[in-house]
Amino acid sequence: MKGLILLSVAIAIIPLFLVVANVVVEGLPAISSGFFTGIPPSPLAGYGGILNGIEGSLLMVGMGTLIAVPLGVGAGIYFSEWPESRLSFLSSFTNDVLAEFPTIVIGLFVYALVVAPTRTFSAVAGALALAIIELPIIARTTEESLKIVPITLREASMALGIPRWKTIFRVVISTGKSGLATGILLGIARATGETAPLIVTAGYLNYPPTGLFQQTGSIPYIIYNFGTAGYPNWITVAWGAALVLVAFMLILNLSVKFFIGRKSTGVRAEI
Amino acid sequence: MSLPASLIGVQPKFETKGLKAGFKSTWVLNGIDIKIPPNRVTAVMGPSGCGKTTFVRCLNRLHELTPGAVVEGEALLDGEDIYDRNTDPVAVRRRIGMVFQKPNPFPTMSIYHNVVAGLALNGERNKKKLDHAAEQSLRGAYLWDEVKDKLTDSGASLSGGQQQRLCIARALAVEPEVILMDEPCSALDPTATAKIEELITQLKKDYTIIIVTHNMQQASRVADYTTFFYLGKMIEFGETADLFENPKEELTERYITGKFG
Ligand SMILES: Nc1ncnc2c1ncn2[C@@H]1O[C@H](COP(=O)(O)OP(=O)(O)OP(=O)(O)O)[C@@H](O)[C@H]1O
Ligand SMILES: [Mg+2]
Repeated sequence: MKGLILLSVAIAIIPLFLVVANVVVEGLPAISSGFFTGIPPSPLAGYGGILNGIEGSLLMVGMGTLIAVPLGVGAGIYFSEWPESRLSFLSSFTNDVLAEFPTIVIGLFVYALVVAPTRTFSAVAGALALAIIELPIIARTTEESLKIVPITLREASMALGIPRWKTIFRVVISTGKSGLATGILLGIARATGETAPLIVTAGYLNYPPTGLFQQTGSIPYIIYNFGTAGYPNWITVAWGAALVLVAFMLILNLSVKFFIGRKSTGVRAEI
Repeated sequence: MSLPASLIGVQPKFETKGLKAGFKSTWVLNGIDIKIPPNRVTAVMGPSGCGKTTFVRCLNRLHELTPGAVVEGEALLDGEDIYDRNTDPVAVRRRIGMVFQKPNPFPTMSIYHNVVAGLALNGERNKKKLDHAAEQSLRGAYLWDEVKDKLTDSGASLSGGQQQRLCIARALAVEPEVILMDEPCSALDPTATAKIEELITQLKKDYTIIIVTHNMQQASRVADYTTFFYLGKMIEFGETADLFENPKEELTERYITGKFG
């Protein structure tokens, strides 16, 4: 029986391993310091760089996260601390639906909301789409990590004559903050890898962004765009971009492990 | 219910009149009338499930935080009903400290921040005042000498008995008038228990203390008065020695002679 389980584990891991190995093998030739400072090359003209994608992704994921964090954390607090309210039930349900929503549909929604009226693909539209994608992830992990904070701590705080909202913000959240951080990182990881919604909201620019209301490149778009082109150097650029993306994901996931694994003891509260 | 002679003419610190409490469909307390004397230790005893915890949680309005909890009747603190419509429960809780059965220091806070949490989170920013309160409260809880060199360590790094004294210090720091203790020693070993008991007898100089305990020796050691609860009713109230030696009610006698659980 144990042998069977080990076998299925191995089979499950093999594809992941193959993908990562493939990305490394195919992408490594593109990587040089210039890959992080240059822009994508013309056909058959070396490997250039993906600075436009790196900056575009940072910009859009950054803005999206700035929007999603306060809203998502706020919603998560609400779901966790006022579970009996009807609004909480309704929006919690909406949150679940949103989390499962096809991201291309979210992209189309933002297209109608932002791209069509402004008549341009833009970083703002891309960021908004990514924010909507991050929101339910952050809300749900916030809720889960606050719900596991023991009721005895809330009562200890309330019994000191600390009002409920301060108890939530200074005791409950402070106790659940590694979970909160985890949720935000998971949201960022998810947003960074999204391609489809960016195609219909941010479009693509072969230069680093210079404004918020212009077409904006991103790492996933480079992978999609160059990986499906016919030129060998472009395909290697796509693999190189994929390698950068995978490395970033790996770092994010390790950070998540770090936050989950970290004991909350020994941490000084910043009162 | 006749009052012990020593309490005749004494203005009670706390008095409940027809206090009923329960959860949604069931009453747990069926009308408690009790007078708690000031600057004395009053022990609440009774078999498991008789409503002791519920009773003390009613006295600082913590009971109502449980979903479905209901309360009726009056609880007069210095003659004023803490359940009056115009009374702010948060203000009530500042006047009535609580020590829980299991030590529950804030795990993310240092020893220092645990002690001053009640002040700091209520807006006190003056470092000198906080430092002073921390030292006074830790001294008051007989913990100062053990922790004075590691105030920035996590509260969770202390032993169970130290954690419980930390929780007492935390309650003292907000300068309450009454301290409720719900079996504060049940998670502690005899040495730690002895320390807390000694502390309790010291604290009554400045505070009115109500302690829930299952342990008759403990009640004899620390409590001036003892009350016996049974099935949500207060059966008897008296001076501790008197109640144990000459119980007036048969139920009390059966309890102290170990005839039921
Ligand atoms: N959250 C709750 N919901 C419903 N009933 C409850 C709840 N908490 C306690 N009760 C019930 O209330 C009754 C009294 O409980 P309480 O905790 O006050 O008893 P106790 O005297 O403190 O017992 P113990 O000595 O075991 O601590 C019990 O029958 C218990 O089942
Ligand atoms: Mg109890």
